[in-house]
Amino acid sequence: MSESSTGTQDRGARAVPSGGLTGARGLRIAGVVAVLAAAVAFPQVFTNPAVTNYGVFAMIFVAVASAWNTFSGFSGYISLGHAVFFGSGAYAVGVAARDWHVAGVGVFGLLPLAAAVGALIAVPFGLVALRVRRHTFIVITIALFFIFQLMAFNFSFTQGSSGLDAPFLSWSLQTFNNPFYYIALACAAGATALAWLIRRSRFGLQLRAIRDDEDRARGLGVRTMRVKLAAFVLSAAITGLVGGLWFYYIAQVEPQTGFDPLFDLFVVLMAFLGGLGTVSGPVLGALIIEPGQLYLTTVFTNAYLSEILLGVLFLAVVLFMPRGIIPTSTEWITKLRTRGRSAIPPASQRAAAPTGLRSDEGATREGGALKAARRRAGKAQRVGKVL
Amino acid sequence: MSVLLRTEGVHKSYGGVQALEDCTVEIGEGEVAGLIGPNGSGKTTLFNVITGYAKADAGEVYLGDRRITNIAPDKVFALGIGRTFQLTRIFASLTVMENMLVASKHGRASARKRAMEQLEFVGIAGHHAVPAGTLSYGQRKLLELAYVLVAEPAIVLLDEPAGGVNLTLVNQIAGRIRELNAAGVTFLIVEHNMEFVMGLCDQVTVLDSGTVVAAGPPAIVRTDRRVLDAYLGEDPAAEDLEAAEAALEPGAGEGA
Repeated sequence: MSESSTGTQDRGARAVPSGGLTGARGLRIAGVVAVLAAAVAFPQVFTNPAVTNYGVFAMIFVAVASAWNTFSGFSGYISLGHAVFFGSGAYAVGVAARDWHVAGVGVFGLLPLAAAVGALIAVPFGLVALRVRRHTFIVITIALFFIFQLMAFNFSFTQGSSGLDAPFLSWSLQTFNNPFYYIALACAAGATALAWLIRRSRFGLQLRAIRDDEDRARGLGVRTMRVKLAAFVLSAAITGLVGGLWFYYIAQVEPQTGFDPLFDLFVVLMAFLGGLGTVSGPVLGALIIEPGQLYLTTVFTNAYLSEILLGVLFLAVVLFMPRGIIPTSTEWITKLRTRGRSAIPPASQRAAAPTGLRSDEGATREGGALKAARRRAGKAQRVGKVL
Repeated sequence: MSVLLRTEGVHKSYGGVQALEDCTVEIGEGEVAGLIGPNGSGKTTLFNVITGYAKADAGEVYLGDRRITNIAPDKVFALGIGRTFQLTRIFASLTVMENMLVASKHGRASARKRAMEQLEFVGIAGHHAVPAGTLSYGQRKLLELAYVLVAEPAIVLLDEPAGGVNLTLVNQIAGRIRELNAAGVTFLIVEHNMEFVMGLCDQVTVLDSGTVVAAGPPAIVRTDRRVLDAYLGEDPAAEDLEAAEAALEPGAGEGA
C-alpha cells in the first residue's frame, strides 16, 4: 500500500466503530432477558390448557419463521417449499417411532432424526432449486413441495391419505402442553439466537451480499452456491426438527396437514409482517399471526374466514408497511430523533465546516450538519439492524 | 517487464453479434494499461471474459503462466484479479463498512481496520456506517474501487472509472491509481475520457469490432490512422480527422 494510505493507518484504526452505544446495547440485552423471562413464566401464569395451546403453536412458528428467515430473509431467495422439511420431519419421526417401536418420552430422542432428514432432503432440493433465482426459484420450490405431498399420499410407508398417528403420551391433560411448550420455546430461542449469530457473522454478510447482488458477490470471491446451500440446509434442519415436535403435539400427520400449502404462506406473512431479513421481525410476526389465526379459527366457526382475514392482512402489509413492522418503526424512530434538525446549516456555519476530501459536487456542498445528520441516521440504523 | 495478464485469440459472440474476434491483449506487470475503442467495440466483453462473467467461445486467458480461461468469477478474484463495473455495483442495503468486508480475507478486527484504511484512502471513511445505497454516484465509484482493493489484488480492471463523475473526482481517482500503481498494483482501464487515459496509462490498446487494431504507448497510438478510422469510420472528412486528433491530445478530454 502507498505511503498515503499507511499514513492514515492510525487514524483509520481509531475510527473503527466500537459496535454501537453501550446504553442501547444494555437496553437490548435487558429487553431480550425480559422477553425470555416472560416466555418461561407463561405456562406457570396461564395454566389453562386452552391458553398454553396458543403458546405451543406460537413458539413452533417463531422457530420455523426464524429458520425460514435465516435462509430466505437473509439471502433474498423466497422459499415456498419449507413445508417439505416440516412435513418430512413429522413423517420421519412418525415412521421411526412406528417401525422401531419407540414409545413414551423416548420419542423426543428421535427429534434429531427429524432435523437430519430435513437437512438431507435439503441438499438435493437446494442443488436443483438454487441454480435459479427469483420467481423461477419460487416456482421450483412450490413444484417440489407438491411432489412431496403427492409422495406422502402415495407411498405405503407414509400410509397414504390416512397418515400416521403419534405414540400416545399418558400425561395429565392439565399439564400436557407444558413440556411441548418448553421444548418449542427452546427451539424458538435456539433458532432466533442462531439467526442473530449468523447475521453478525461473515457467513451472514455473504448471504446479505447475495441478496443485494449475487453476481457481484461472486466476483468478490464469495462462493455463492456453497453459502446459499449451507443456509438452506441449516434452515431445513431446524424446520424438520420443529415439524417432528409439531407431529408429537397434534398426535397425527396427514399429507395435507404435514405438507400444507398454507404453511409457507403463513411463514412468509410472519416474516413480512415483522420485517424480512431482520432477526426480531419474524419472531414478532409469528407472535402476532399464529395466535391471531388460532383465535379467529376458534371464534368463527367458518374456518375460511380466518384465512380471508389473513389474506387481507397480507395485502395491508404489502400496501402500507412493505418493509415490515421492525424496519418501519425503526425508520419512524430515526425520523423523530432527527426531526427539526436542518440537514444543510446556515451559510455562516457552512464556511466553518470541515472540508475534508470531497467526492463529488453534491458532497462538496455538504456541510457539517449533513454529515452529523448522516451519522445520527447511521447510528439509528445500526440500532435498528440488531433489533 | 513480465506479462501479468494475457488473452490469446479470444472469440466471443452473442447470437449473431461477434463481440470479440481473435482478441489478443498483453498487460505487463506494474503497468497502467488503457483499453479504448468506440461503443460496442468489445471492451466490457473482454473484461467479462477475463473475470469469468462471460465464457469465451475460443481462445485463452492467462494470469502469469496460469491458464484461467472460463473459470468462475470467485476463483478469478481469489487468484488476484479485481474489477469494477461501468455502472457501479455495490451492495445497497449493506453499510459502507459491510460492503468493504464482503471481499475481505482477514479476521474480523483486522479486516475492519484494513477496510477503514482503504475507505480513508479513497476519501469516504466518514460514511462507513451509512447504507451504501445512500451514497452519491461518485462515492459509489470510490466505494467500488475501495472494496476491490481490500483483497489486495495483483491487477485491477476498472470499467470507466471516470464515467459520469466530476473533474475533482476524476483527478482524485487518477491520483489514487497512480499511488496504488507505485505500490505495485497493475491496472487495466476502460475509459472514454481521453485525457484520463492518455495522461495515466503506460500502454494503450485500441479495440474495434472486437479486434485489437492498435497497441502501444499513448503517443504512438493517438497518431495511428487505424485508431482514427475506428472512431470515425474509413475515409473521414479532413475536418473530422483534425477534430479526432485534437480529441486524442492530452488536455482535450472531457472534463479533465
